[in-house]
Amino acid sequence: MTLNMLPSEIPDALGGGQAYAARAGLLRLMGAGEKGRMTSETEPDWAALLLRVRDDADKAAFALLFRHFAPRIKAFLRKSGASEPLAEECAQEVMATLWHKAHMFDPTRASVATWVFTIARNRRIDALRKSRRPEPEDLPWGPEPEPDQADAMVLQQESRRLGYALAQLPEKQRSLIERAYFGDLSHSEIAAETGLPLGTIKSRIRLALERLRHQMS
Amino acid sequence: MTIRHHLSDPLLMAYSAGQLPEAFSLVVATHVSLCDDCRSRLMAFDTLGGALIEDAAAVRMADDSLEATLARISGGPQAEPARATRSLGGVFPAPLRDYVGGDLSAVRWRSVGMGVRQAILKTDSGATARLLHIPAGQAVPDHGHRGMELTLVLQGAFRDTEDRFGPGDVEIATEDLEHTPVAELGVDCICLAATDAPLRFNRLIPRIAQPFLRI
Repeated sequence: MTLNMLPSEIPDALGGGQAYAARAGLLRLMGAGEKGRMTSETEPDWAALLLRVRDDADKAAFALLFRHFAPRIKAFLRKSGASEPLAEECAQEVMATLWHKAHMFDPTRASVATWVFTIARNRRIDALRKSRRPEPEDLPWGPEPEPDQADAMVLQQESRRLGYALAQLPEKQRSLIERAYFGDLSHSEIAAETGLPLGTIKSRIRLALERLRHQMS
Repeated sequence: MTIRHHLSDPLLMAYSAGQLPEAFSLVVATHVSLCDDCRSRLMAFDTLGGALIEDAAAVRMADDSLEATLARISGGPQAEPARATRSLGGVFPAPLRDYVGGDLSAVRWRSVGMGVRQAILKTDSGATARLLHIPAGQAVPDHGHRGMELTLVLQGAFRDTEDRFGPGDVEIATEDLEHTPVAELGVDCICLAATDAPLRFNRLIPRIAQPFLRI
């Protein structure tokens, strides 16, 4: 399998009707119609692809995730100061981790991009700073086997809005955020006024956490 | 646990961006384990990181990168210990237990005088993390700091000028703050503190002791 394959080119390993159904399913997840046309408004459902990786060890779904995220993870690592070979290796390791930890992904708590970021960030700390990163305790419940669809959708929407807002930021503000996340600012230089609607996302997550704690007690 | 004193946005953003020295990260991770509010704010900053990944201009991967990655996957997952939540009656959240090698009873305390005890935790050299054990009613010697000091209360409480810091509360003290926190009566006060510069004690005896006790 190469990175440039379209879903329609995925090898017919399953044979006949099953393969057709698998490809059709993947096309839908990629935001395309049956005929394979992608509309600009429809974004691939990365969470659904990741759940296929989790539930079916679906390599074709993984390949689609890889095609999108691996080059962006590599870009993140390069901008953080990693050499070309190190960035390549780390990006591969992050994607491998995504495969092994797919069962830990919770679409009501984070978008796939956010989750990928946390894995990449931790890998970068390990590889570039050779330092340990203390992580908060896991919440007392794992991701629910059937995550609340409404919650997941709202969070995906909010993440998308944040993406648009980021793209619209004036260059100066944008640059400050990038410098913070790519390691160009010391912790005492980070001011945290982003000009972005992080408060809304925080509230959504807070509500979801509260509801889950309430259900648990 | 009612937490009134939280982590600041700059601290959470720096932690999200992976830019905090390990000692400060430890305080952040321990507090977030106790505080849903800060956890949610942290996750919002992580979402910003996710947006930066999404928005990045893709860098070309090696030709065989997918195959190489699938080969890595076949090699099996890297072992990672589960981050268990506190056991019943436990005081330290999981990230702190990792550094101590156990809960409160596992701490190897050293006396620093006036009934105060400390245990320095091993972190990278950017900043120092220590546990402090202050007897109920005892004042920590008057000290200023260069840089920033974070103090997270795990047990008991202390008063600092006008504010009270109880379990889960974190005090963020900047350079210009000279303060004398006083542990409340009742339960001994146990805190996790991180500084990015050696503490500057004002009383004579603590100053002599400093090079030996690394305070």
